[in-house]
Amino acid sequence: MLTLFKNSKVLFSVFMLLGAFLLGSAQASPVDTYEFRDEVTEKRYQELTKELRCPKCQNQNLIDSNSPIAADLRRQVYNLLHEGKSDMEIMNYMVDRYGEFVLYRPKVNNTTYILWFGPAILLLLGVGVIIYILRRKPQVKEKQALSAEQQDKLKQILKD
Amino acid sequence: MNKLIRLLPLIVCLALGGVLYQGLFLNPQELPSALVGKKLPDFELSTLKNAGETVNAGDLKGKVKLLNVWATWCPSCRYEHPYLLEIAKSDRVAVFGLNYKDERGPANQWLQQLGDPYVFSIFDQQGTLGLDLGVYGAPETFVIDGEGVIRKRFAGVIDARVWQSEFLPLIEQIEAEQQGS
Repeated sequence: MLTLFKNSKVLFSVFMLLGAFLLGSAQASPVDTYEFRDEVTEKRYQELTKELRCPKCQNQNLIDSNSPIAADLRRQVYNLLHEGKSDMEIMNYMVDRYGEFVLYRPKVNNTTYILWFGPAILLLLGVGVIIYILRRKPQVKEKQALSAEQQDKLKQILKD
Repeated sequence: MNKLIRLLPLIVCLALGGVLYQGLFLNPQELPSALVGKKLPDFELSTLKNAGETVNAGDLKGKVKLLNVWATWCPSCRYEHPYLLEIAKSDRVAVFGLNYKDERGPANQWLQQLGDPYVFSIFDQQGTLGLDLGVYGAPETFVIDGEGVIRKRFAGVIDARVWQSEFLPLIEQIEAEQQGS
């Protein structure tokens, strides 16, 4: 019992350690010392750099990546914001240069229909299959029921 | 009909497997350029050799041109360099350089030591033209036709194999178009 208690304690501390690592990595984004003219602009900057993907390090957004190209693009986002560009204009600016690839939420068009609607269609298909299987089940059960003759036989066996 | 339904999961599984298997051989680094089919963006930058001399998009002359993005901080560029010299020597295309986010001194030294394949190199220290071109690393090479339209972007090192398979067919096509018109 004592060893079990000890083990769970070890397990607990391992989890705590893992948690600390996760927290650490979430906060370890590169820090730019940009001064924003107001809070709204700062908020928009945060949102945009989260939405835009780094072209070099493909599984990171701009704000998380510390590759030089991501730093350049962050500075460009900052500059464009202070030139008074709208979020849409900044997104388009990046797409014009780096392609749709830089958007973490790609636009809905011919090539992305399957991406946007695929999961919903699969879900509907799954629901359809489940309904089909559930409806079919009672029929199978009826077939398995014993006939009158078999019932008599069973009674006889049980009597013995 | 019932048999077909029973086989359906197998068929779906095989199809999915096929798609995923194909995915193993795709290169995720190979991004389609947003600029293919568009004109080379205009710029106003100095040349690498002469800080006082500015060049713009119109100064890239030639029927078929390469614009090669390079820098002294890029080890693959050094690896690519001898082949660029060969391409320049063959005189079939005009090779221009885009010295990307680099220092003037070491870059000029590099060209002196290793040879200079470029008609001239654009000195883009801030990476502004690089940004307009959607450059995200070096080396990268753009193929530009006689009209100044970007026809191809290739990210990575050019060697004999890449040149044969990726560049020559397009260059032949552009040459044929220009003879036709």
